[in-house]
Amino acid sequence: MIIRISGEDQYRLDDSERERFEQLEKGVRAILESGAEDGFHDAYAELLQFVRDKGERVAEDDIESSDEILPPADVTFAEATSDFTGEGLIPE
Amino acid sequence: MAGLTGRMSTVIKAKVSKLLDRAEDPSETLDYSYQKQVEQLQNVKKGIADVVTAKKRLQMQESSLQQSVVKLDTQARQAMAGGNEDLARAALERKNVAQTELQGLDTQVTELEQQQEKLTDSEKKLRAKIEAFRTKKEVIKAQYSAAEAQVRISEAATGVGEQMADVGLAMQRAVDKTENMRARADAVSELEAAGTFDDVTQLGSGEDDIDRQLKQLSSQPAVDEDLAKLKAELGSGGAQPTPQIASGGGDQAAGQGES
Repeated sequence: MIIRISGEDQYRLDDSERERFEQLEKGVRAILESGAEDGFHDAYAELLQFVRDKGERVAEDDIESSDEILPPADVTFAEATSDFTGEGLIPE
Repeated sequence: MAGLTGRMSTVIKAKVSKLLDRAEDPSETLDYSYQKQVEQLQNVKKGIADVVTAKKRLQMQESSLQQSVVKLDTQARQAMAGGNEDLARAALERKNVAQTELQGLDTQVTELEQQQEKLTDSEKKLRAKIEAFRTKKEVIKAQYSAAEAQVRISEAATGVGEQMADVGLAMQRAVDKTENMRARADAVSELEAAGTFDDVTQLGSGEDDIDRQLKQLSSQPAVDEDLAKLKAELGSGGAQPTPQIASGGGDQAAGQGES
């Protein structure tokens, strides 16, 4: 699957890593849903780092659309709440 | 997986297909979307230029505040040496406000610098994708049947569209930040325009409105500390009976010459 970290790059993540990725994402989502900011930034940073470490960067001249788009690394708690649960990164 | 991903790609796909629907012939579609991409790239460049302009403005404000800090410091010393503690305090209060603003500006300039770097990087990536699209479109034109070409165009355009949307998002974040900074910078400009950081020796004897506001703004302990330091440095300045600065216009030259 191809994952984009907004403001950074697209990464190609092997299917074998998918389970771990979804686990980490679920963790972030759970924190957001709890409404308490504690632990959010660490959990989100871990998710992004996982993608950067395990994923293979998509070449700049390779045109691919992503299966998953993650908010930028400096996303605030409030922004992330609306990104993950509300209108999404790009409002319609 | 719900949420973010689905929505973002749906929006992009909708935009791309709207774009592609405008032309009947696949090769026309290709040229049209390429042309649109190049236009968007120009907008990105313009956006980056705006960030640079905002940064330069803040930097100019920074240097003028720096001058004010030096000037007010000098005036505080002169006032203290002349035994006019009230005037020295007024100068230090203003210096304190100017310094606080200066620190704020410094943080903002650094932030804008980072935004600019990110945007430049995104612009570079978008340019690479558009260039790849240009190559690809010639291949599609030459090699595929109309129906197949339609599908490939859509795929390629969506891919570039996503990069474009991402740059757009980064740009929006930069613009929002710049807007916040502008509001703050304008507030500083107003203080400057009101003469807050100008020559304190021009102050009358009574407290004016600015003074009262400044007292609220400046952190009193810091000013007290500065004042104590100045006193210690200059020895007990109060021994000199003539408050030279407050009394006449003669010593104003020191302050005014710099501005």
